[in-house]
Amino acid sequence: MPVNDKAVLVTGASRGLGRALFRELARAGARVVGVARDRAAIEAVAGELSAQGFSAHGLAADVGAQGDIYPIAGAAAALVGPIDVLVHNASSLGPTPLPLLLDTACEDFARVLQVNLLGPFRLSKIIVGNMLLRGQGLVLHVSSDAATSAYPRWGAYGVSKAALDHLARIWAAELADSGVRFLSIDPGEMDTAMHAAALPEADPASLARPEQVAARIVRFLQTEPAASGQRFEAAQLEAS
Amino acid sequence: MRPARAPRAVRSSGRLLHIDAALERIQDRRPSELPELLDTGDLLVLNDAATLPASLRGTVAASAGSAEIELRLLAREPDGSWRAVAFGAGDWTTPTEHRPAPPRLAEGAQLTLGELRARVEAVSALSPRLWRVRFEQEGARFWSALYHSGRPVQYSYLSRALELWDVQTLYGAQPWAVEAPSAGYPLDAELLLALRRRGVVLAGITHAAGLSATGDGALDAALPLEERTLVPESTVVAIAQARAAGRRIVAVGTSVVRALEGRALAGGGELSAGESSTSLLLGPGYRRKVVDGLLTGMHDPSESHYALLQAFAPRSLLERAQAQAEAWGYLGHEFGDACLIAGAPAVLSP
Repeated sequence: MPVNDKAVLVTGASRGLGRALFRELARAGARVVGVARDRAAIEAVAGELSAQGFSAHGLAADVGAQGDIYPIAGAAAALVGPIDVLVHNASSLGPTPLPLLLDTACEDFARVLQVNLLGPFRLSKIIVGNMLLRGQGLVLHVSSDAATSAYPRWGAYGVSKAALDHLARIWAAELADSGVRFLSIDPGEMDTAMHAAALPEADPASLARPEQVAARIVRFLQTEPAASGQRFEAAQLEAS
Repeated sequence: MRPARAPRAVRSSGRLLHIDAALERIQDRRPSELPELLDTGDLLVLNDAATLPASLRGTVAASAGSAEIELRLLAREPDGSWRAVAFGAGDWTTPTEHRPAPPRLAEGAQLTLGELRARVEAVSALSPRLWRVRFEQEGARFWSALYHSGRPVQYSYLSRALELWDVQTLYGAQPWAVEAPSAGYPLDAELLLALRRRGVVLAGITHAAGLSATGDGALDAALPLEERTLVPESTVVAIAQARAAGRRIVAVGTSVVRALEGRALAGGGELSAGESSTSLLLGPGYRRKVVDGLLTGMHDPSESHYALLQAFAPRSLLERAQAQAEAWGYLGHEFGDACLIAGAPAVLSP
């Protein structure tokens, strides 16, 4: 599916993989709205892309806040039209250093689920109905290997990502043959602020660059008509 | 008819009055029975406009100090300004006709509406309550501030303040409507997928449904004002295919009827894709060119929509249906029960 001239919404778009996807999609000709909590940061990314002649808008909002969901969906559709591609990239690790489950406050666990699971569900609920009417659309869930491996200390995050993977599969089952597809992608370990917060001792040189991973994901979306409900690992996609 | 006073927890849980104009038959049905009331190949055309938080409360700097106002957005102009109706102090709990007028303003007056700042560019000759305003914020900042400052437009017969999610259809996208295209409220995913399985085709248009009442006599008499419509190519094709196969075109909501008939009329009877404005009013004897049937809410004879219904069924049948629905306990207004009118087929040639 070519993304040229498609209306795209990317959450968590001011840093790391989200920012790289924001840039890569805009450069590929999509009309992109990037969302992040930090207004200055998201407006800076959007401003840089706009200055280069790309169609990009930065929206300050918190995917984990119920009251921000309609503002995100409404503003995005007003700015770029009905959304064709929704990328659920925003996520929260919870407190760092990552605590053991027995040391995790229930409130922190709930907050991680708000951002990583309920927020994407709420946003999809608003946006997917119109995709169903138009018989086309793609929802991409950004996952993690913590969704499939039970790493100690990654409790809240890992549970949220496992649930997010399953959410994509159930969406896909319910809306099979509707023209609306749901995919999950595990981007692998990347040199991002989130990775440094989780594993400060890791050597950045051993990690993938988010720009490379984003390029690979966008190329994959543009060339592979992947069946709805599937989960992919970025490292196993064809190198771009 | 008694109004429904709050949104439904389950979209499709209301009732559906089925009026068959050809058979002059009136039946008490359920929205979940829609698939059996339509045929394979019939086309359901939906207004996919999302509903804006179009009610903004704030203050205006007037000669005697600052005054409280409520601004209800009507429509966005191509130049980025907005037409809006202003009220004095108060909110939806007071019937619109009892709301005080806003202060008399000179052009250039400054408004503060939540996070939004605006300037009154013009006061209409039609009514001193009808203003053209320009917001200071633009782009993402404007839309973000609007969503955080505005509330849904609502009227005094409701029992509670509405949230934005109360006034959306399942399938809305671009926020063009200032009042919800509420005929689509009963359509939940269960029902849309059942319609698909039945072979009913779904297509969308986007129509900027405006305000239904302002409480100002001169202004109310002029409603609905011109409204913006976008008809996509895919919908034009779907309509042509349904027609070629001898199937029915059923509009979901009076806004879809206005949009399709208005655009066909402007095209000399031919429907084409594109964006335009329509001020078409349909009434008794109107020769429909596109739409054969209508799924809508329950409309009282006092409402302007009632005249439009008479383009689908004679007044005598509508009055009988109204009395029957009252006796069956149907509820009116936007969260009320639904009505499917199968009219005589539209006539293509003008």
